[in-house]
Amino acid sequence: MMSKEQVRYLKLSGLEPLIITPDSNFTNVGERTNVAGSRKFLRLVKEEKFDEALAIARDQVEGGAQIIDINMDDGLIDGKEAMVRFLNLIAAEPDICRVPIMIDSSKWEIIEAGLQVVQGKCVVNSISLKEGEDKFIWEATQVKRYGAAVIVMAFDEVGQADNYERRIEIAERSYRVLVDKVGFKAEDIIFDLNIFPVATGMEEHRKNAIDFIEATRWVRQNLPHVSVSGGVSNVSFSFRGNNTVREAMHSVFLYYAIQAGMNIGIVNPTMLEVYDDIPKDLLEHIEDVVLDRRDDATERLLDFAETVKGKVKEDEGKVLEWRTLPLQERITHSLVKGIDAFIVEDAEEARKGVERPLHVIEGHLMTGMNVVGDLFGSGKMFLPQVVKSARVMKKAVAYLNPYIEAEKGEKQQALGKVLMATVKGDVHDIGKNIVSVVLGCNNYEIVDMGVMVPPEKIIETAIKENVDIIGLSGLITPSLDEMVYLAKEMERENFSVPLLIGGATTSKAHTAIKIDPQYKNAVVHVNDASRAVTVVGDLLNKKTTNLYVAKLKKDYDEFREKFLKRGKTKSYVSIGEARNRKFKIDWSTSEIIKPKQLGIQTIQKFDIRVLEEYIDWSPFFRSWDLHGKYPNILTDEVVGMQATELFADAQKLLKRVFDEKLLKAKAIFGLFPANSTNDDDIEIYKENGELENTFITLRQQLKKREGVPSFALADFVAPKASGKQDYIGCFCVTTGFGTKELAEAFEADNDDYNSIMIKALADRLAEAFAEYLHKEVRTEHWGYSKGEKLTNQELIKEEYKGVRPAPGYPACPDHLEKKTIWEVLKVEDEIGVQLTESLAMWPAASVSGYYFGNKEAKYFGLGKIKEDQLKDYAKRRRITEAEAKKWLNPNLAE
Amino acid sequence: MGNIKEEIEKRILILDGAMGTMLQQYDFSEEDFRGERFKDYPSSLQGNNDLLSLTQPEAIAEIHKKYFQAGADIVETNTFSGTTIAMADYNMEGLVYELNFESAKIAKRVADEFTKQNPEKPRFVAGSIGPTNRTASMSPDVNDPGFRAVSFDELRIAYKLQVEALLDGGADILLVETVFDTLNAKAALFAIEEVKEERKIDVPIMLSGTITDASGRTLSGQTAEAFLISISHIPLLSVGFNCALGANLLQPHLEAIASKTDFAISAHPNAGLPNAFGEYDESAEEMADQIEEYLKKDLINIIGGCCGTTPEHISAIVTLAAKYSPRKINTGAL
Repeated sequence: MMSKEQVRYLKLSGLEPLIITPDSNFTNVGERTNVAGSRKFLRLVKEEKFDEALAIARDQVEGGAQIIDINMDDGLIDGKEAMVRFLNLIAAEPDICRVPIMIDSSKWEIIEAGLQVVQGKCVVNSISLKEGEDKFIWEATQVKRYGAAVIVMAFDEVGQADNYERRIEIAERSYRVLVDKVGFKAEDIIFDLNIFPVATGMEEHRKNAIDFIEATRWVRQNLPHVSVSGGVSNVSFSFRGNNTVREAMHSVFLYYAIQAGMNIGIVNPTMLEVYDDIPKDLLEHIEDVVLDRRDDATERLLDFAETVKGKVKEDEGKVLEWRTLPLQERITHSLVKGIDAFIVEDAEEARKGVERPLHVIEGHLMTGMNVVGDLFGSGKMFLPQVVKSARVMKKAVAYLNPYIEAEKGEKQQALGKVLMATVKGDVHDIGKNIVSVVLGCNNYEIVDMGVMVPPEKIIETAIKENVDIIGLSGLITPSLDEMVYLAKEMERENFSVPLLIGGATTSKAHTAIKIDPQYKNAVVHVNDASRAVTVVGDLLNKKTTNLYVAKLKKDYDEFREKFLKRGKTKSYVSIGEARNRKFKIDWSTSEIIKPKQLGIQTIQKFDIRVLEEYIDWSPFFRSWDLHGKYPNILTDEVVGMQATELFADAQKLLKRVFDEKLLKAKAIFGLFPANSTNDDDIEIYKENGELENTFITLRQQLKKREGVPSFALADFVAPKASGKQDYIGCFCVTTGFGTKELAEAFEADNDDYNSIMIKALADRLAEAFAEYLHKEVRTEHWGYSKGEKLTNQELIKEEYKGVRPAPGYPACPDHLEKKTIWEVLKVEDEIGVQLTESLAMWPAASVSGYYFGNKEAKYFGLGKIKEDQLKDYAKRRRITEAEAKKWLNPNLAE
Repeated sequence: MGNIKEEIEKRILILDGAMGTMLQQYDFSEEDFRGERFKDYPSSLQGNNDLLSLTQPEAIAEIHKKYFQAGADIVETNTFSGTTIAMADYNMEGLVYELNFESAKIAKRVADEFTKQNPEKPRFVAGSIGPTNRTASMSPDVNDPGFRAVSFDELRIAYKLQVEALLDGGADILLVETVFDTLNAKAALFAIEEVKEERKIDVPIMLSGTITDASGRTLSGQTAEAFLISISHIPLLSVGFNCALGANLLQPHLEAIASKTDFAISAHPNAGLPNAFGEYDESAEEMADQIEEYLKKDLINIIGGCCGTTPEHISAIVTLAAKYSPRKINTGAL
């Protein structure tokens, strides 16, 4: 079933694949290689200046276009010849033809000529019912045989669809013809539902935008697997010359159209304002027009448009006492204190005083960083500070670099090159980024490959960049197998560089037992950033390395041996016996409360400020290697000062997040009738009693004392045999939308400190959202705990009734359950949170899980399970044992 | 006759090994290539292996027989270069239909003999459709990147003739192989679809690409996954890779596509890399060891050999494959 869904995605290819899932981020089509839309491109083609025309295509791909639209429809050129010529030239440019091509023409002969010269899977733009069904069928059949996807215009024999009803009528008819008569794959159909201008002053144009949006919604809901596309700039056509309004209008239009399901489009990225940055008053006026909310919307916007002007912000500066110190001391002060306000002017002053700009880095800055290193090494500085120091260092280096390059001086020699990557299928990178920064400011060159990096890419880059060390990170359990795989591949490729392993689920035990034996060279588990520096130092120091690696291997050997021995002393019971020992609730007396609202509810807009009081801060400090419980940690003798400062910085960023609405929170949850079965499944039902889906739970098998139950989550739901109707809930919350953009913006500004900070905060907000929503469910939506009054501390201690275990965590280590939750709630469709191939949630700051309402329900850890349960599980989940083993590997008893 | 679509769900199917390597052992001379029929042909014919189906049919039959004896389920016809485009090198465009027709007939005759002996193990003939010696999406002229030595339509017409002849001669399967330019393969698939439609028949199609450089891309620059996406519009019996750098280096590419397609997966690698003398010296055991890695990883439905492989290699692979079950094919019908 799973892979069936996979094949239903729109898949395109250039030299590289482009897979558009129903909920991918908006796919942007580059539009400037279109003679109808770009006068410059037309001129270049006419004058046969194909080199320059290619440069336009290249700019678009480099600027982020994921598909490029190519159109040669102009009366003054031979469209067919120009199309073939240009596509052939593009095929010789790997940096352009890595993306799929959209062959755009109103003439079939040009389209066909294009299809015959492109090796990848293109998009044909477009065909329609304009000239009748026969021609439509014939063209679609050809498109199919050439292996392309197709844009279908909302156009038929009568004309172009210009209202809601006509759009859906034509879309539905086209869909039926394509799917039923031509056998066209539905996922290869993209509808262009005609974007027309609003605010033209004509009464009949008032609904142009909203009709498009609503038709889009209808199409996405009623015509399975299709995509919806359109040319966005049309909508603002009547405001030509007023880019402020146009940019804002594009963004408003997209905001609503994307929510309705438009997933592909032609948008000029430079003509787009950030939705949340649109001033309130302008936003209101534009939304009135786009959504057709008032009769006088157009007049009001026209009036208002005249008044729109940018505002200038002013910074105020203060003179500080330390600024009067000598230069080196000021630089050291900036680095140690992590102050970036003056570093550029100080670096400039230093540059003027030395012979070569490189000397500022080697001299002034390294002197300062050595102080930082010493303080960190002796425990007097803490991780957040070091990351801030790195930020200052980076700013200074960024300032000096042009001077260094200008004199073509040799680059500063790094101590070594470290490749860092979060493995395939995993999106978590806070820890990896911290280690990168810390190593970076200890003068190692970092090749950071980001998240979800496939093993072959890691191998390829390691070879290409000739790195000295590879560092892998991951947070979810499937990542462990990825690391094992990579170790194997490194062995197979005869690598000799050390492999560092880190991340929340990794452990010395797993590293020693599963990874180390796969690779004959050094494998080290490093779980905190401060250790990373010494480990990397030892590994790369030519004098010590052999000895160190030998010691390391021996240490892991011994550890492995000890661990394996210890493992043997544990004993387990069969799954049958474990089921006999299940946790028994007396269902004849246990209180079952029917939820007030059954079914699924979605929260699309939510003021995250509400979450502030629900934040559990202790894990936040832990992510920065500061250990202790909040709020005591703020006054802790050792880390108190640093914790207080970090907390203040966090508060500052949090305030920005709240005030500027930088992060978007969304949630979805459902409450359903449910019963457990004898083999630890929980069946959930539709309102009419039909089976909706099945949650598969796992049971503890570790042998326990007599009388102590072997838990499974299914124990907390009334069995079918009891005759009682019970209930269960599930949910997904996210506060992660916006994190990536913010983090990238910080990184672009050389500010790793805030880049890591925003991710750590988003994680906390997601947890807080889960906490908040759980409370709302207990007290309102399910309502089994109406009178509940708990403080945040009591919530953190889980003193509420009922539990909300999450797949991937101790009570339910099975990540595949997330797939079921996604199916049941349509999580991706509704709130856009996606699952990676290893079933990590994206955005990373998301939480999903179940709700169990029985007051006897409790949290537990599954521990290890045996082969017999694995087999039983594989059968219940209808997957092979090998597949089951892959997902449950970390929980299998040896 | 057995149905390949049923057989492929039951077990790992074995494709034969190299034809060229086996022919080398016969050490045929120019006269042998010419035979009686072409003794006065104006151009040199030595090296035109496809022609041997007409001039040395018994040798071809014997090689098929050896592969079937070694345990192959499928043999490939001796038609790798059987298009008007490739045969132009020998001025033999006019013989293309006959070459393909006779080659298919020879293979089919041998296959039928073996099927008759053991109906439990039906044998199949795959009509081998090579890439031709031209590329549709690359220019042979570095100074004119927009130039093409062959067009889609020229390829489509050439492939169509080959396909019709192979089917008329009795091929059970069409194997579009050693695809180094995806556009060539798309033209072959287009031609096959036309023949299927005109004759109102269904023919199982195997498609096998080749990745020849360490960057993991086809000669025309696509990644394995992009290649897969570009040819998935036609229902295929199998997709996979052949030739190239040997079994070891083929594995990551098989892994790259195995999880992303519902088609069966095939592989027929070379016996390692050629040595300094251009010979393939990887032993049957060495190759089998590497192939066992695929099987362990559950990657394979059809396995065989390409350049440098012999009946010994195939026999070793047969023994090995019997120990493993085929990769589960997701029919999409779930």
